[in-house]
Amino acid sequence: MASDKPTWKEYPMAATIHQPGSATGQNTGDWRSERPIRHPEKCDKCGICWIFCPDAALFMNEEGFYEVDLYHCKGCGICVRECAKGAIEMVEEGE
Amino acid sequence: MGERTGLEVSLAVSEAVKLARVEAVAAYPITPQTHIVEELAQMVADGHLEAEFIMVESEHSAMSACCGTSAVGARTYTATASQGLALMHEMLFIASGLRLPIVMTIANRALSAPLSIWGDQSDVMAERDCGWIQVFAETGQDAFDLSVQMFKICEDKRVLLPGIVNIDGFTLSHVIEPLELESQEDIDAFLPPYEAQVILDPRKPVTIGPVGFPEIYTEIKMQQNQALLGSYEVVLEVWAEWEKKFGRAYKPVESYCAEDAEILINIAGAVSGTARVAIDRMREEGRKVGMIRPRLWRPYPFEDMRAAVKGAKGVAVVDRALSFGGPGGPIASELRSCLYPLAEKPVVASFIAGLGGRDVTIDDFYTIVAETEKIIETGYTDEYKMIGVRE
Amino acid sequence: MAEKTKSLDFIPRLLPPFELLAEGHRGCQGCGEALALRQVMKVAGPNTIICSATGCMEIITSPYPETAWRVPWIHVAFENAAAVAAGVEAGIKILQKRGRYREGRVNVIAIGGDGGTADIGLQALSGALERRHDFLYVCTDNEAYMNTGIQRSSSTPYGASTTTSPTGKESIGQQTPKKNLPKIVAAHDIPYLATACPSYPLDLMDKTRRALDTVGPTYLHVLSACPTGWRHAIDMAVEMGRLAVETGVFPLYEIVDGKLKLSIKMDKRKPVAEYMKPQGRFRHLKPEDIERIQQQVDEYYESLVYRAECDAGR
Repeated sequence: MASDKPTWKEYPMAATIHQPGSATGQNTGDWRSERPIRHPEKCDKCGICWIFCPDAALFMNEEGFYEVDLYHCKGCGICVRECAKGAIEMVEEGE
Repeated sequence: MGERTGLEVSLAVSEAVKLARVEAVAAYPITPQTHIVEELAQMVADGHLEAEFIMVESEHSAMSACCGTSAVGARTYTATASQGLALMHEMLFIASGLRLPIVMTIANRALSAPLSIWGDQSDVMAERDCGWIQVFAETGQDAFDLSVQMFKICEDKRVLLPGIVNIDGFTLSHVIEPLELESQEDIDAFLPPYEAQVILDPRKPVTIGPVGFPEIYTEIKMQQNQALLGSYEVVLEVWAEWEKKFGRAYKPVESYCAEDAEILINIAGAVSGTARVAIDRMREEGRKVGMIRPRLWRPYPFEDMRAAVKGAKGVAVVDRALSFGGPGGPIASELRSCLYPLAEKPVVASFIAGLGGRDVTIDDFYTIVAETEKIIETGYTDEYKMIGVRE
Repeated sequence: MAEKTKSLDFIPRLLPPFELLAEGHRGCQGCGEALALRQVMKVAGPNTIICSATGCMEIITSPYPETAWRVPWIHVAFENAAAVAAGVEAGIKILQKRGRYREGRVNVIAIGGDGGTADIGLQALSGALERRHDFLYVCTDNEAYMNTGIQRSSSTPYGASTTTSPTGKESIGQQTPKKNLPKIVAAHDIPYLATACPSYPLDLMDKTRRALDTVGPTYLHVLSACPTGWRHAIDMAVEMGRLAVETGVFPLYEIVDGKLKLSIKMDKRKPVAEYMKPQGRFRHLKPEDIERIQQQVDEYYESLVYRAECDAGR
C-alpha cells in the first residue's frame, strides 16, 4: 500500500525537529468562531493588544498600527477586552 | 603498554572512565556502586579528571541530568544498581529514544523486597527492553576494557545509543583483581572526543523530544531498534580494534571447553569463574562439559548463540534472576526463544541460583549438570528449577 | 477604560518584536500560560536553551513536525525539567572549559507547570536549587493538571473544583490550601525569586530580566489563567490575572537575597468574590466559604506586608 508519508529512514533521528518555528504553518485561525476587526481611527498604537495576545497573532504594520494575523488568530478576544480605546471589536465569523 | 596492577574492580572502572576523558558524571550513590562514584568524585576534586560531577538527589535525576549533559554534547557517564536502576527505569527508555550515548555501569544487585544489598542480576534483567546496548563483565580486566569500549560503541554515528556495562555487585565490584591499565596516550588514540551530531545550541535551534503521534511513533521506534540491531557490527569492529591495539579479544558469546561439550553451562557474569573450576574437575572425571557466556546481551547475539550450542545435547542455563510467575530464568527464556526456529536444538534446562548474594558453589554446578543430564534422558519435568532453596 | 491603562504605564511597542514562541502553537484560545511564556521569551532572547517538563506548554508547542520554538528546546519527562536543566548547565560549563562549546553565557531556562513543579517535579527542583546551578526555573501555574483534563495539583487553591477534587455533597472541592511554592523555593536561599503574572507584562519582564541577570539559581512563579480549567470566558485570562493580583489572592513580590519586596502594595484590595465569581471552578462556593477564603487571603497578604517592612528595615 503506497503511502506519501516518510519511511522510517526519512525521519530525523529521534524525531528531532530541525526547523525552528515550524508551527507557523498550522492554520490555527481556522479555530475561530469570532474574528477581531480593527478601528484604526480609534487606535493610539499603545501595543497593549499585541503584548496580551497568547498567540502572537498581532503584528505592527509600517504605519505603526497593529494588524491581526488572521491565519493564526484563534479569536479569543483578549485584545478586544484589554484595548483601552475600543479600537478592536469582535464580530461573528462569516460577517 | 599497559601498567599491570592489582586494583579493586570498582576503582578500575573509575580509572577507565577517567581515561575515557568523561566530561560529565551525574550519579547517586547506592551499594555496591559507591566506590566507583566516590573515586570519580575524588579524581575530579584532585584535578585528575576534568569533568562536571553532579551529585544529584536521586537516580531518576541522575539519568535526567545525563540526558541534559549529553544533549549539549558532553561525554556522559553514570553508575547505579538495584533500586537505583529501578528508579531510573522511566528514564532509560527516554535516554535511548532520544539517542543519547550515555554510558552506565551497573553493579548488579538484587531488587527489594526484602531489601538486599547483595549481588544478583535481577536489576538489569528487568531492563532488557529499554533499548540500551548491554554487555556483561566477568573479570576486573573485562570491567576496565568494556567500560572504555562502550564509549566508542555508543558514540559511533551509526549507533548513538546509550550502553550498560554490567559488573557483579560485590563479587566483582569489591574484589581486588590483577589487571592491566592502559595508558592515557593509548586510550586517547583509541577513543577520540565525542562529536555529537545534534546538540542544544542557540546558533542552531532544534526541538528535541517532541510529541510523536501514532503516524510516526512506529517509524521512530524502528529507527531506534535498527540502530540497536546495527550496533552489533560496531561492537565487533570496536572489539577487533581493541584486540589489535591491546591484545585482548572479546566475543559476543564467550566459551570455555565448549568445542566437544555435550552439556554447556550458560551463565553471565563473575560466577562463571566458579563454573570454570567445576568444569575443570568434571573434565578430569571424563565428563564432556563446557561453558558459554553471553558477553553481548543487547543486541542479543542470535547467530552466535545458535552456533555456540551446536552439537551440544543440553544447555544448563544458570540465571541469577527470576521472572516471577513467568518462564523463570531470563537468560534461559531468551535462549529458548533464540533456538526455537531451529529444526535441531539441544535441551535447554533453566536453573535459578545465586539470588540475593547467595554463593553458587561448585557442588551446585555438579547438581545442575546432573539435573540437565536427567532432563536430556527423561524429558522436562519443570519450567525451571531453583537451586539451593531450603524446602 | 482609562482605569486599565493605569497598570500599564509603558509603551509595549518598544519591546522586542521577535517571537521566540511562534504563532501556530496549539494552545487553547486565550491561554494564560502561552502568554506568560511569550513574554518571558521576549526578555530571554535567542541565546536561550529551554528544558521543558511534560505539560500543556510542552504538548502544544511540540507536536511533530511542528515546533513553536525558535530557540533550542528539549523535553525529557514530566518530573525532571530542573534536573535536565542542571545537566544542560553543567554540560555547557565543562564543554566551555574544554573549548568544545562556544563561549559566552547561555540562558538555561527550565519550564514546568504547577504539576511538574509542585508535585512530581519538586524533588528535581529542590536538588537543582540546592546544587546552585546557574539557571532560571519558570513555573507557569494554572493551578491544576490542565493538560490531562483539569485534575487537581497541590497548587490548586482551596475550594476549587477539579475533576479529581470535584465539588459534591461531601466535598467543597480542593480541601487543602494551595501549596506555597515560592516559600519552599525561598527556603533554599537562592539569590532571586519572584511571583509574576502576564497581566502585568512589564513587571513580569523586568523580573525575568533580573532573574536571568542573576548568577545562580533563580525562580519565577507565574500565575497563568486557564479559561478551559478555571471555566471562565476565553477573553478573560488577562482580567483574571489582574483580579488575582488586585484581590491579594496572588500577591506580586520579589525575594532578593532573602529580602522580600512587594511589587505592588495595595492598602485597599478588591474583595476575593470579584475574582472568583467569573470562574466556574468556584461557582459552588457558599458565602461562608468565600468569607473563609477572604480571611485566609487577608491574613497572608498582611503577613507579606509585615515581612516586607521588616526586610526593608534590615
